[in-house]
Amino acid sequence: MLLLGASGAGKSTLVQALAGVLGGEDEGDQLGELLVDGVRPERARGRVGLVLQDPDSQVILARVGDDVAFGCENLGIARDEIWRRVRESLDAVGLDLPLDHPTARLSGGQKQRLALAGVLAMRPGLLLLDEPTANLDPQGVLEVRDAVARVLDDRDSTFIVIEHRISTWIDLVDRVVVLEPGGGVLADGSPDEVLAREGRSLAESGVWVPRFPPRAPVRQVTPGPTLLRTEQLGVARAGGVSLQSGVSLQVAAGTALAITGPNGSGKSTLGLTLGGLLAPASGRVDAAGLAGGLGTDPLRWKSRELVTRIGSVFQDPEHQFLAGTVREELAVGPRVLRRPEAETADRVDDLAERLRLTGLLAANPFTLSGGEKRRLSVATALITRPPLLLLDEPTFGQDSRTWSELVALFTELLVEGTALVAITHDTQFVAAIADAELSLEPAAVSG
Amino acid sequence: MTAILTPVRGTQAIFRVNPVAKLGAALILGIALLLSLDWVSALVALSCEVVLFAWAGVGARRLALRALPIVIAAAFAGVTIALYGQASGAIRFEFLFARISDGSLALAGATVLRILAIGLPALVLFLTVDPTDLADGLGQVLHLPARFVLGALAALRLAGLFLDDWRSLELARRARGAADRGRLRRFAGQAFALLVLSIRRGSKLATAMEARGFGASTRRTWARPSRFGWPELLLLAIGLAVAAAAIMAAILAGTWKFLGGQ
Repeated sequence: MLLLGASGAGKSTLVQALAGVLGGEDEGDQLGELLVDGVRPERARGRVGLVLQDPDSQVILARVGDDVAFGCENLGIARDEIWRRVRESLDAVGLDLPLDHPTARLSGGQKQRLALAGVLAMRPGLLLLDEPTANLDPQGVLEVRDAVARVLDDRDSTFIVIEHRISTWIDLVDRVVVLEPGGGVLADGSPDEVLAREGRSLAESGVWVPRFPPRAPVRQVTPGPTLLRTEQLGVARAGGVSLQSGVSLQVAAGTALAITGPNGSGKSTLGLTLGGLLAPASGRVDAAGLAGGLGTDPLRWKSRELVTRIGSVFQDPEHQFLAGTVREELAVGPRVLRRPEAETADRVDDLAERLRLTGLLAANPFTLSGGEKRRLSVATALITRPPLLLLDEPTFGQDSRTWSELVALFTELLVEGTALVAITHDTQFVAAIADAELSLEPAAVSG
Repeated sequence: MTAILTPVRGTQAIFRVNPVAKLGAALILGIALLLSLDWVSALVALSCEVVLFAWAGVGARRLALRALPIVIAAAFAGVTIALYGQASGAIRFEFLFARISDGSLALAGATVLRILAIGLPALVLFLTVDPTDLADGLGQVLHLPARFVLGALAALRLAGLFLDDWRSLELARRARGAADRGRLRRFAGQAFALLVLSIRRGSKLATAMEARGFGASTRRTWARPSRFGWPELLLLAIGLAVAAAAIMAAILAGTWKFLGGQ
């Protein structure tokens, strides 16, 4: 069964209630009754298996075998039986690794399959997946999907998945339920039936419905002067592991460059290096077109000189939040630049309006939804009007509504003459905004 | 991500000894050497230990590297005591409050030896401990509560993620224009942000663990047996022997001072 609904409709809450991990009465109110196998879910531990969105916070132990065994241990299963189940579950999800393989060395897709194996080893009758592929690259999405497909073929357990990219799961489910924000069920039926009836309204509420793809505006490209270029640039991770070398690229005002490539190819590191945040391992970054009186190496600019020249938007918005309210957050940049308060307030209101954040100005940034956090992190970079914007996975895990808002915004910025560099896995996004694409090869494995 | 919980593996016998026994041996040595503050017991213990390090499963280079902080701390403590320790006997050098005497020099030497004699074996034993095995041992051999032991183990794994978070936070602050402020204020702000992130991560991990039945009322089983047999008893016996030899030598040499008494 595929569980759909607009953001805030309570999909995750329902799934967590089914898994019995919602917490006690002091953490919220419960009306009505929810029974799994005729008992309250807290008593049915092991009958329900839950896989969540974030791969990193689901790995529990340091070795692959131990991690899968963890759930069985908690259920009090005998030792021989545990290891039999561990091998069987790893087989089922297609993780062909030694039992003492370090979990820290798994890719995102492998981590999610490991979490799935850990859940399967408990032999649940009900399998719950809460956006299991939202944080994965296209390769990881396929890995997890195929693993789930294999598992469903072999067992007859009930399966519920939350996901706003319908196309990933639609072939595996025989029922779609749409929740209504504020309570109640909006639609419940076979995939064809529900999509035929509710497809358009689902697409409008942010669900990725294959028949109703989000629209992307068309623009006239008029390249301006070159703002930033690199010569034979090499980048390395903290600790000196070289990821890429010999990267030569140019970014002109009013154009968008997409940087693509598999996980671990050093895309994010390249982005940080271009943004004057990391030192290059070799070669150089020449931002003469942005310098305006400063040196050409952005790494040597002061932090407050950087914000009016290059805006960096990180993959995880939470890393960038500094203040207690959205309004304060937006005002950080202007305050650093000592802009007059009245001007700052105007600019904040203006940008909040443009990015649909006006109603949230008093909220704490950490309490926002994923899409709101993304819009806020883009706004914090835009507020100081940098001519170059560096975006790391700006559309990752976003619903189709936020996606089309972002694409519309970036298109406007490009037309106004801003240059964009976007690191992304999202082929639709590349097609919608990029004028050039730099595809990185996987990093050479060196020891 | 940065991993600080990678499995510790090696071929030598010491890697197979239950971590609980290593904890015990380090504890025995530590307590025995804290009973007196003389240099003979510390020197004897340290000499025995240096010989035993040959079987410790840690290469000389790696040992030297890891031991560096302990050596520096010992040297620092030694210099401080030599300069400011209780003066007795002939005075060798005097400047303001600093006074180097025969008595303070002897005390300094004994302290340096003691720190090394307690610190080095603890370091060597723990370099060969896999945290997962230690948790298994604490749970199965010492019967500490599983909730506590495994909760701590899982939290330890998150520490590696915190290192990555910290780096990202640092770069993000520069990108936001907030990196020119005072170092101290920036550090405080960043530390608070890390705290917020870690609490969020921790609660997500707790949900994932709970979803796998952790903390349920069922009696837990252990997938990995944690044995306590002859090799473990042998290690404890070695620890006891070194401690006994050190104390005997000090008593015979007449330098033994119980708990630093006269």
